[in-house]
Amino acid sequence: MDNKSNITEFHIDVLKEIGNIGAGNAATALSNLIGKPIDMKVPTVKIVTFDEMIELAGGYENIVTAVFLRVEGDISGSMFVVLPLEQATKYVQTLTGDTAFSFENPPYSEIGLSSMQELGNILAGSYLTALSDFTSLNLMPSIPSLNVDMAGAIISSGIIELSQTQDYAIVIDTALREEIKEVSNTVKGHFFLLPDPDSFDHIFRSLGVEI
Amino acid sequence: MINLVEKVSIADMKIVHSPTKVRTSGLGSCVGVVLYDDVLKVAGLAHVMLPDSSLARNKQFHPAKFADTAITALLDGLLLAGASQNRIQAKIAGGSQMFQFTPTSNQMRIGPRNVEAIKEMLQTLKIKLVAEDTGGHSGRTIEFDPETNMLLIKTVNQETKEI
Repeated sequence: MDNKSNITEFHIDVLKEIGNIGAGNAATALSNLIGKPIDMKVPTVKIVTFDEMIELAGGYENIVTAVFLRVEGDISGSMFVVLPLEQATKYVQTLTGDTAFSFENPPYSEIGLSSMQELGNILAGSYLTALSDFTSLNLMPSIPSLNVDMAGAIISSGIIELSQTQDYAIVIDTALREEIKEVSNTVKGHFFLLPDPDSFDHIFRSLGVEI
Repeated sequence: MINLVEKVSIADMKIVHSPTKVRTSGLGSCVGVVLYDDVLKVAGLAHVMLPDSSLARNKQFHPAKFADTAITALLDGLLLAGASQNRIQAKIAGGSQMFQFTPTSNQMRIGPRNVEAIKEMLQTLKIKLVAEDTGGHSGRTIEFDPETNMLLIKTVNQETKEI
């Protein structure tokens, strides 16, 4: 499926379900880690230009905390867990008990960085495990890289594979939010899964969906 | 005086005349290439993603996406704006290695490979590379002023510098 016009509403719904299952599992893992309920929004599946993809992640110059990894195996693609600095700071403070730590205040302590790295590993890992269970596809995630930098710099460097063949990406975007009634719409982070163009056929076939 | 700044998106390019400046943000492994004529005070900036247009499977692509086609397109744009080929010079910034782990061979050294490809192309076209700020592990935002020929570089958690 290298032609985006072949993607139907039904295909989009299937991809949304992947986001639901993956991020749902990751949200549970996160909730267990930090001891707070974590809610997520209904996933969206969009066909975006690279420009739009960078805007989704916060904008070219906006500094974010991001964990990036590549998925290889039966399907391939790029995955990002993007957290605003403020939110990443809160998670690290909760995990380490170090309330002086802040991603807005470099240089960062080794323990702060490694707990953020570990948090990213757990989130991405639980997302992909659920995806693999659901589709019975064999997925091999690479070692995740942690960056605190401009969203544009991180996203553009993480989509090198798919940029070689096309000028757009199909992104499964699931936003996280904390379950606090009055600010329930505040987004606390994003999972972005961007399968490589050749992977969509495999995803749909694995679920018995007609292409 | 109105201080205008044209913004360039990823895999895109723009040509500006002084006093308008030109800027691109969030360069990671991508490279910002500036070609300019310091007499005419006109400059072009491209936000290059990949080293070589022969990598493109789809032949309909934006020229600024690849190093080779971006430089040709910038040069054409400047000549069209009245620049003189023998006065055109270059400054470049970007080409970082953003990730600690490079998971695939394509992704390996993509930043440095972009920089190498750009330098080769400049050499082929006999365009002098006046200054560069390349490599490292951080994102950059750059802004070129055709009036002063200075390239302003902002990097996360570092002092702004000019080359």
